[in-house]
Amino acid sequence: MAEVLVITSGKGGVGKTTSTAALGAALAQTGQSVVVVDFDIGLRNLDLALGAECRVVYDLINVANGDVRLQQALIRDERLDTLYLLAASQSRDKDALSEGGVQRCIDELRDKFDWVICDSPAGIERGATLAMRFADRAVVVTNPEVSSVRDSDRIIGLLDSKTVKAEKGERMDKLLLLTRYDSAQAGRRHMLSIDDVLDILSLPLIGIIPESQEILRASNVGAPITIADAQSTPACAYRDAARRLRGETVPMIIPGGRKNLLNRLFGRRAA
Amino acid sequence: MKLFRLFERRSAPVARERLQILLKHERAATGHSGLIAALREEILRVIARHVDVAPEKVKFKLEHGEEIATLQIDVEIPEAAARAATSRERSGRAA
Repeated sequence: MAEVLVITSGKGGVGKTTSTAALGAALAQTGQSVVVVDFDIGLRNLDLALGAECRVVYDLINVANGDVRLQQALIRDERLDTLYLLAASQSRDKDALSEGGVQRCIDELRDKFDWVICDSPAGIERGATLAMRFADRAVVVTNPEVSSVRDSDRIIGLLDSKTVKAEKGERMDKLLLLTRYDSAQAGRRHMLSIDDVLDILSLPLIGIIPESQEILRASNVGAPITIADAQSTPACAYRDAARRLRGETVPMIIPGGRKNLLNRLFGRRAA
Repeated sequence: MKLFRLFERRSAPVARERLQILLKHERAATGHSGLIAALREEILRVIARHVDVAPEKVKFKLEHGEEIATLQIDVEIPEAAARAATSRERSGRAA
């Protein structure tokens, strides 16, 4: 029986799709069977993040509406045997998605996979609320920046009220994934610190992903960072986050921690 | 120039303060105050002191009426644990 995870944020451009692809691939690399589902109807991008954009024939709406069988719409990753994609429709409107259809689809995916990871669109409208609706747990992706933190707070409110779990009176587990963390800005105190964000949102931290060139490069070639550049700092951070999702205790590495402080001291002296 | 920049005001504390003020208002407006989450954590802790319950067996629901809101808490306790707790209580009273 799968765990259904929603990757959400409220704000756009914070790294939901990148994180969905990276966490999905990291879990699949440990042998877990994973399906990543794109809920961004009309603006799909998860297919690009996985390099599968030329292989999409059927999508979530086709399955939810019962036009095709789930098997026909699932796209298996070319590099990882246990990673699958269910793409979003590019030509339809988000209103084409019915709640009952999504529920049937998620139920069917639950039986087939260890992990069902729903990539939420930005915003708080239908696509976003349906992506979180049937989730067991949520990963809230946040940048250490005021508008992202504000939108995350709003999304946390929705997770606690509009999900099936919340409506049943159960606790919706929520985890914070801090992305695009720039250690140089943090060092100069021009970026909200990790503690600031944790204090304000009061969620347990699942990982800190540094802002990096490697992620841009991985997105250019259409491979999750944990495959494209497995030894890079962000790939390690995503792998650790995936292990924490599986319940392991892994020490948290703060990007550019102590080493960076030394760099800054010497850097400044040299300037 | 570089020297001046060293003394320029750090902007992150300003960001933090603005967010704290803003979110206090917004949480009050949307009714998401974290009250339920806080109550849940504390009540669970109190229950755990006396009986073993799985956190997912405790359900919290806040229902809004016209004048008042009702907080409904359902705690599912395994029969064995409930019995052990009552017998402990009895022996405690006898002593």
